[in-house]
Amino acid sequence: MVTASEMVRADSVHGALYSDEAIFQAELEKIWYRTWVYVGHVSEVPKPNDFVMKVLGPQQVLMTRDRNGEINLLLNRCAHRGNQLCMEQKGNRSSFTCPYHGWTFSNTGQLRGFPFANGYDGADRSKLGLGHVPRVAQYRGFVFGSFAAEGPSLEVHLGAARGALDRLCETSPSGEVEITAGFLQHRAKSNWKFLVENETDGYHPQFVHASIFSVAKSGIGELYGPQSTAVARDLGDGHTENDLRPEFRRIGKPMNWFGTNAERLPEYVARMKAAYGEEKATQIMIDGTPHVMIFPNLFIAEIQIFVIQPLAANETVQHVTALQFKDAPDLNRRLRQQTMGSVGPAGFLLADDAEMYERTQRGVTGASKPEWNYLGRGLHRERRDEDGFLVGDATDEVTSRGIWRHYRSLMEAG
Amino acid sequence: MIEAQDLLLIKEIEQFVYREARLQDSHEYDAWEALWTDDGMYWIPANGDDIDPESQMSIIYDNRSRIALRIKQFHTGKRHTQTPRSRLCRVLSNVELLESTGNEYRVTANSMIFESNARGDTIWGARTEYLLRRESDALKMAKKKVMLSNNDKPLYTLSFLV
Repeated sequence: MVTASEMVRADSVHGALYSDEAIFQAELEKIWYRTWVYVGHVSEVPKPNDFVMKVLGPQQVLMTRDRNGEINLLLNRCAHRGNQLCMEQKGNRSSFTCPYHGWTFSNTGQLRGFPFANGYDGADRSKLGLGHVPRVAQYRGFVFGSFAAEGPSLEVHLGAARGALDRLCETSPSGEVEITAGFLQHRAKSNWKFLVENETDGYHPQFVHASIFSVAKSGIGELYGPQSTAVARDLGDGHTENDLRPEFRRIGKPMNWFGTNAERLPEYVARMKAAYGEEKATQIMIDGTPHVMIFPNLFIAEIQIFVIQPLAANETVQHVTALQFKDAPDLNRRLRQQTMGSVGPAGFLLADDAEMYERTQRGVTGASKPEWNYLGRGLHRERRDEDGFLVGDATDEVTSRGIWRHYRSLMEAG
Repeated sequence: MIEAQDLLLIKEIEQFVYREARLQDSHEYDAWEALWTDDGMYWIPANGDDIDPESQMSIIYDNRSRIALRIKQFHTGKRHTQTPRSRLCRVLSNVELLESTGNEYRVTANSMIFESNARGDTIWGARTEYLLRRESDALKMAKKKVMLSNNDKPLYTLSFLV
């Protein structure tokens, strides 16, 4: 049998990687339940005892902030009979009581008690706590979990992608972003890796999004054209980005990255200048926010955050919401409005992306020869930038190749 | 007690919402757009029916100019998710006039929509609230709020007019 790693070549990947249920199960074990996976943001649980229902791979997890302010990731599954413990999407409580037999757990996962306790004489309560994600760590407010009790730290996992999160936070006058607008949940009959690849595929926008670019008179299409000076970058460790800064710097106008100008956002501009000084603030407002895919499931698309959730080889949910910058109300309103137009099940952009996710899935399912997808665009002009990263032109597939190289290393690991 | 003139009004309102449903099912985009008032708001909330659309994400929260943009996108012929178009058949029922104020009518109805496209067949269910307004003797839509029964769950692409 051909293994998953043999299905990844330097310039092509086998269609079964997207459609084979056994490969999907191996991915759960080797990727989703091992590496660091993005779960939520600290601003979703701002106060002690806040909780919010999140996902890690196909599983529901409760992200809680305990009374000491620590973030916990608990499996939403009673330690007794496996009943779903919590049915609320969010709230504030220090403990959770299972409605089935009344077992009660603290928001750190410890078993607090069970009814008619004399029936449990001799039971070790300390071993009957909730299942939890053993490693929880955060970077600039972004909370990640790893089911592996040991392994590389989050900082090592994020590697060069940390710089992208730094850049994002720097675009906020307070240095902080918040996730407060609720998520849209967009489902697609497609493999999760089609989504991951598409997020930093600079080749598709002019075709998949031609309809909205033409009627909205958007300049985004040109950023991903053959004349663009933007670059596609493999940040290593499976993380990739479309770096549009060369184009925005060439144009040199603050807030052009957001399709607007400084005059329309006087409050935000003033706060940025107060926070960073005239020169640095202007540079940040010219550069804009990143377009980065942090493997395996966190996609920052300038003004949105997408969280990819795999459900089966051919079923994926994309959770998406507007990024909100702390202390920037005039900008935040526009971020929400633009996000609602662009993404989600009815979005001007994402509904067409999802259409391609589903069509490619049908294309690779049960496919006869040639069963390989070709990812060789720009291979001949791949180069190292001054920081040593592999880069290509704006429309090159250096990003997809980087994703698959990392994927292969994870799947080959014991 | 319902007066005879109310029956005529109710009939007129029913005919209006049935016509809207037919225009949606048959993808008659321009005729559908013409049903809107100049201040029309088209709203499909997410994660419940009573969220604040000014602070929380909705599936659609279109003002009149964004409704027009949505229609223009269809007309490019490159709205891939509607190329080919979904085959649609919806049943509208439970049409009820909740309130009449001057020239405005608050109306509710339920709809069951069968969609067939390349992905497969999908059934959508929604309770809908309309704010209709009489302008130059014709009814128009000033607000339409579509409360999908499953708006708190992951949804497949919803790119037809609902």
